[in-house]
Amino acid sequence: MFSNCASGLGGRLACHALVAGVLITACLSSACGGGTSDEAPRPAAPVTNPVDPATAGRIGGKVTLIGTPPAREKIKTINDPGCTGTITTEEVVTGADGALQNVFVYVKDGLGNRVFPVPATPAVLAQEQCMYRPHVLGIQVGQTLDIVNGDDLLHNIHAVPTANGEFNKAQQFKGFRNQHVFSIKEVLVPFKCDVHRWMTAYVGVVDHPFFAVTGNGGTFSLEGLPPGTYTIEAVHEKYGRQTQTVTLEAKGSQDIAFTFKTSQGSA
Amino acid sequence: MLLHLFALLVAASTAVLIFAGGMVTSTGSGLAVPDWPNTYGWFMWTFPIQHWVGGIFYEHTHRLIASTVGFLILVLAVWLWRAEPRRWVRTLGFIALAAVITQGLLGGLTVLFYLPDPISIAHASLAQIVFCLTITIAVATSPGWKRGYPRGGLAPDDRVLQKTALITTGVVYLQILIGATMRHTDAGLAIPDFPFAFGQLIPPHWDPKIAVHFAHRVGAVFVSLMVLATAGHVLYHHRSRGPLARGAMLLLGLVCVQITLGALTVLSQKQPIINSFHVVTGASVLATSLVLTLRSHRVRFRRESEGAASTGRLGVLTAPGALSTRSGARA
Repeated sequence: MFSNCASGLGGRLACHALVAGVLITACLSSACGGGTSDEAPRPAAPVTNPVDPATAGRIGGKVTLIGTPPAREKIKTINDPGCTGTITTEEVVTGADGALQNVFVYVKDGLGNRVFPVPATPAVLAQEQCMYRPHVLGIQVGQTLDIVNGDDLLHNIHAVPTANGEFNKAQQFKGFRNQHVFSIKEVLVPFKCDVHRWMTAYVGVVDHPFFAVTGNGGTFSLEGLPPGTYTIEAVHEKYGRQTQTVTLEAKGSQDIAFTFKTSQGSA
Repeated sequence: MLLHLFALLVAASTAVLIFAGGMVTSTGSGLAVPDWPNTYGWFMWTFPIQHWVGGIFYEHTHRLIASTVGFLILVLAVWLWRAEPRRWVRTLGFIALAAVITQGLLGGLTVLFYLPDPISIAHASLAQIVFCLTITIAVATSPGWKRGYPRGGLAPDDRVLQKTALITTGVVYLQILIGATMRHTDAGLAIPDFPFAFGQLIPPHWDPKIAVHFAHRVGAVFVSLMVLATAGHVLYHHRSRGPLARGAMLLLGLVCVQITLGALTVLSQKQPIINSFHVVTGASVLATSLVLTLRSHRVRFRRESEGAASTGRLGVLTAPGALSTRSGARA
């Protein structure tokens, strides 16, 4: 076949294309996986916390939503019989008195050049009953993110950051784990499952431990902050970002409020 | 005749593959299977059917159909090599084989590198080339083509028709490229209304996505004009020539369907099935225009077909040892 196909121009082109294709496939097979490495180099971190506990204070508060939030709709197209139970959207979840859940609140600015130790305990993002738990999660740069398949189903875990490297991993069975370390701070990194398209989660990656995710009551508390002037940012996947400037005295406690409106856009 | 029927089967299966590929993008399932060439660690052909769910269903079936089409094209290339007396047709078979292998590699690359736009667009564009190659082989192996459409179907050397049909085919392919760019840069709903753009004839504001989306709509106008020109020329000058007239009518009908599907794609907020039918109908428009172009140029093969007809060697299965005697037959 090759001696015959080399007899004309078209045949020669076809031969060359075949050989090139084999070479490319061989290279790809040895470098299979694409994208960037999960194991990013961890920044050197001191062992001790630079904050003096004798002067540490707290900034807390509540996040509320003004206006009628969209109803939490039941997902109608469950295209996997293994996904049992009622699945509802989680884009906007509110509690009593307009308390807005799943808002990532963190110190955006004001910590200066302080470098904080990276927790040895991994943060965990689980897939349970075809939903991500939690829906919004905070983690530090250099900290391990443990991604666990809690379903006896196939999931893929697909992160789509803008500053960090994208990755997409297969999780074939219950108990399957992948670990990832983010090397660049980024708020928020979207996660999704391409098999079950309603599954989404968001991870806030920061280089310090002062972050929180609002729960049922819409409240947050950032503990152990040194005295200073801070920019606090609240981020919601649909209603965007808001910031406030807060000055904290030594051993002080400040409460602030973030108010989102239903007419605002997404983050 | 069997070879021609098989070539038709290959062309039809390629069209099915294009629809399946359209469904992958339309349902956002391009990365539902993170690994390649395996499927969640399984060898592709042994992946358990109970796991064909959600986005996996679209991506995995697309890979299975693609592998099948690749195999069919391999068989076609070998069959042409063994049985086809015309060198240019044999060469087309090998080019189609090389193209479909390249297409498979592009598909794997686009998964492994998380759907980068250039590779995804190249994958979509090369799919149309592969389809055109299978269509051309089907036409070249057809009894009508080989006989030169003896029942008054062969037009005189109409240079106007040849150029118009060729340009129309080029314009259709360019429109498909723009459409692929629009799909893979997520610009399909950059202009959310139809037939207007934000309520106006021309968008009141611009960004890259709006620009590529509007270019696709403008391209549809150019395609329509070229199709009208080509079909109008055929129906005015060659109405009695069935192979040309039927092709022209089909082309007109397909363009009308395609424009309707394009409108419905926007109005339905990119409903996946409508969206995917829009993709495969675009491929059908391209194929029909290509067939019309080929037939309008058929007269230029007359000299070779007369030579081949006198020796009676057209489409005859011969042993590999007789290859050197077949080089003169071209039509």
